[in-house]
Amino acid sequence: MKILDKDSYLKLNKWKRFVYKFKYFFLITIPRVFFKIEKLDAISYLKLNIWKRIGYKIKFFYLIKIPTFFKNLGKKIWKGIKGFGLGIAHFFKNLVVTFIEGDIWTKLSYFFMGIGSFARGQILRGILFATMELVFIFYMIFTGGYYLGKFNSLGLIQPLDADENVVVGADNSFKIMLYGALTLFFIAAFIYTWYLNIKQNRINEQLKKDEKAIADTKDDLRAVVDQQFHRTLLALPTLGIIVFTLLPIFFMILVAFTNYDANHNGVSNALFGWVGFDNFRTLFSWSAGGKNYAATFGEILVWTLIWAFFATFTNYFLGLVVAMLINKKGIKLKKVWRTVLVMSIAVPQFISLLYVKNMFAYDGIMNDIIQFFGGNRIHFLDDQASALTVRITVILINIWIGIPYLMLVTTGILMNIPADLYESASIDGANVFQQYTKITLPYMLFITGPYLLTSFTGNMNNFNVIFLLTGGAPHPQELEAGQTDLLVTWLFQLTMKDNSYSLGAVLGIIVFIVVALISLIVYNILPSTKNEEAFQ
Amino acid sequence: MERRSMGMAAKRRTANIITYVILVMISIIWIIPFIFLILQAFDVGNPGLTGNVWPEKWGLGNFAYLFSSESNFLRWYFNTFIIALFACVGQTAMQFMMAYALSRFRFKLRKPMMNVMLVLGMFPGFLTMIVLYEVLNSLGMTSDNAVPGLILVNIASSGMGYYVAKGFLDTMPKSLDEAAEVDGATKFQVFYKVVMPLCKPIVIYTVLTSFMGPWGDYIFAATIAKGSQEGMNVATGLNSWLSTANIGGYYKYFCAGGVIVAIPVIILFLFLQKYYVEGVTGGAVKG
Repeated sequence: MKILDKDSYLKLNKWKRFVYKFKYFFLITIPRVFFKIEKLDAISYLKLNIWKRIGYKIKFFYLIKIPTFFKNLGKKIWKGIKGFGLGIAHFFKNLVVTFIEGDIWTKLSYFFMGIGSFARGQILRGILFATMELVFIFYMIFTGGYYLGKFNSLGLIQPLDADENVVVGADNSFKIMLYGALTLFFIAAFIYTWYLNIKQNRINEQLKKDEKAIADTKDDLRAVVDQQFHRTLLALPTLGIIVFTLLPIFFMILVAFTNYDANHNGVSNALFGWVGFDNFRTLFSWSAGGKNYAATFGEILVWTLIWAFFATFTNYFLGLVVAMLINKKGIKLKKVWRTVLVMSIAVPQFISLLYVKNMFAYDGIMNDIIQFFGGNRIHFLDDQASALTVRITVILINIWIGIPYLMLVTTGILMNIPADLYESASIDGANVFQQYTKITLPYMLFITGPYLLTSFTGNMNNFNVIFLLTGGAPHPQELEAGQTDLLVTWLFQLTMKDNSYSLGAVLGIIVFIVVALISLIVYNILPSTKNEEAFQ
Repeated sequence: MERRSMGMAAKRRTANIITYVILVMISIIWIIPFIFLILQAFDVGNPGLTGNVWPEKWGLGNFAYLFSSESNFLRWYFNTFIIALFACVGQTAMQFMMAYALSRFRFKLRKPMMNVMLVLGMFPGFLTMIVLYEVLNSLGMTSDNAVPGLILVNIASSGMGYYVAKGFLDTMPKSLDEAAEVDGATKFQVFYKVVMPLCKPIVIYTVLTSFMGPWGDYIFAATIAKGSQEGMNVATGLNSWLSTANIGGYYKYFCAGGVIVAIPVIILFLFLQKYYVEGVTGGAVKG
């Protein structure tokens, strides 16, 4: 749009002036107010009134923080891809160069792992490499190859024939997939050791050229408790994590792309196979086999986020208030108050949850008390209750569960706030409320930012509270899950009760995506991860 | 001037009185469910869910039932105790091995490892349950023999919870290690002779939390025990008494069981409270 000076504007006729004004408003004024931002320094920021400050902050968040965040994210991802590509190129280049330049032992090591180590007196390493190769070959011949070969179809021989008779020697999809995944992991591990074995040769040749000593078995054994001690320490925990977390998660991600469910259990009724993205489509469809998963998913996702928000922040602020009350100057018996609250952490949670659940039952103690005072009995937590009642009750009970813990967390941090901050504030005439909002809260939020994030995601996955208190109640007809179900409790119901393993796996992946997205964004916006000196 | 300070004192007194009132109310709210629980545990009148808190008839009958051969409670209790015992040793060891390596050594895979563990931690925990159940099942470690299976599941991946221990180790000056290494100590000797003795408070915290974990563990225990009375832990067992079918006959036994389960943990907790508070606050600050 051409911007006119005053003279040319006055030359226009009435209509053209009107059109000009109209255009000006939408193309210049609105963008200037809403989409343009000038970065302010601290002093000019402080000169603004409160509304302008809020406006500035909101604009700053949307126009600067979020775009920079995505720009940086893009850069990071690009860097990652580039690094990965370069790494692979480097890997192959190294292999070729080592083979060409290496001596006969190095060349032989490409086919017989460990032979180079033996030739250079590293008996222990040689034995380990050779064993790895032997184990790998035997495994691939006797088990791995078989399962890997069927991995593509997940089995062809159905366990039941057309007349529902049990077939002998039928395939087992579950086993094929599990061992297939295991074999993939094993192949990766083998390639890594094979590469290590070659790298060893290269290093040793270099050492020989420089006439330096090559580590023998005795040195290797010493390194286990000395130079390489971290590997010794990490071996067991890492193995545990790979076998009991990484491999199962990999397996479940694969399950998300199969039709593994009650009617295709892969063992006794029918095999399951790959179905691509069908399960994702089912979960987001309004009518799949008479079940409305999309509505259920939407409702539960929203409630999960609402729940996580309230569960985190009510506990946080009230826990902070309780901690401040106990720590208030001139309050005696601090230890007693604290111990009373701490005791409730010590009681295993399932006992307190189940007991409180029965206190709030329709014929429980709470309702007796209400009736005693002349009220009507209320459905707090069961299927006859309204969704709103149950949700509020659950959040309130969660406050009861969570405050003692938050009280402990915040007490320690409160004591670290420099006392002179409060002193100078009260000399300047700040009242208690102002001190709370201007000193305590910002300090606490700054220190506990990362903790708030983890407890938010922890609450999203807070299985026990929901499962033991409500079991998801109330369960309306038109939804596939209860209205207080979280994504995780629904996941539990899908897998353990309905045996829809594949849908459960999809839901698990979605939970991961939601948690990861929230963590990523919040972590990049949190002040304590960037501005580390703010309170120092 | 004097009048003003008197006014301040009076103001402060009222503020304190209000605070006391609130604190007393808070204490009552937090403690009363547990008092109700204990009272109902001593009620030998009607074993089902009743409205009265004050026992119809006092007696130790509910506790006697728990310890008699009629109920499986002792079995559940013993199962949980064994799991907790192994878990607290195993988890502490795993977490410290992981934390020490990540805190004291700088190696190429350090950052990638930490990132992978962070990402793995974002998957809901029991997504893996189906696979683990099948694997343990093929090893014969489910239903009646759920205890070894649960021990394995509890310990195996516990290295992922290294954060609190690492946070503590990170604050320990590296000059300590270096001094010992100059004196000829190997890295292993530095680990168990120099650093570990200084970690006592955080070790106690880790032991305490990992001992308490199995007492409240519900889903994993329920899945692996799969309804077997022999393999249940207290949480699964006591919850089965509260099912719609059982609650009419077992509610008071549940209360008595709850008391018995809570007592040892509370005692342990009161003794080690100091360490727990230290661990919790330290862990929160580091995030």
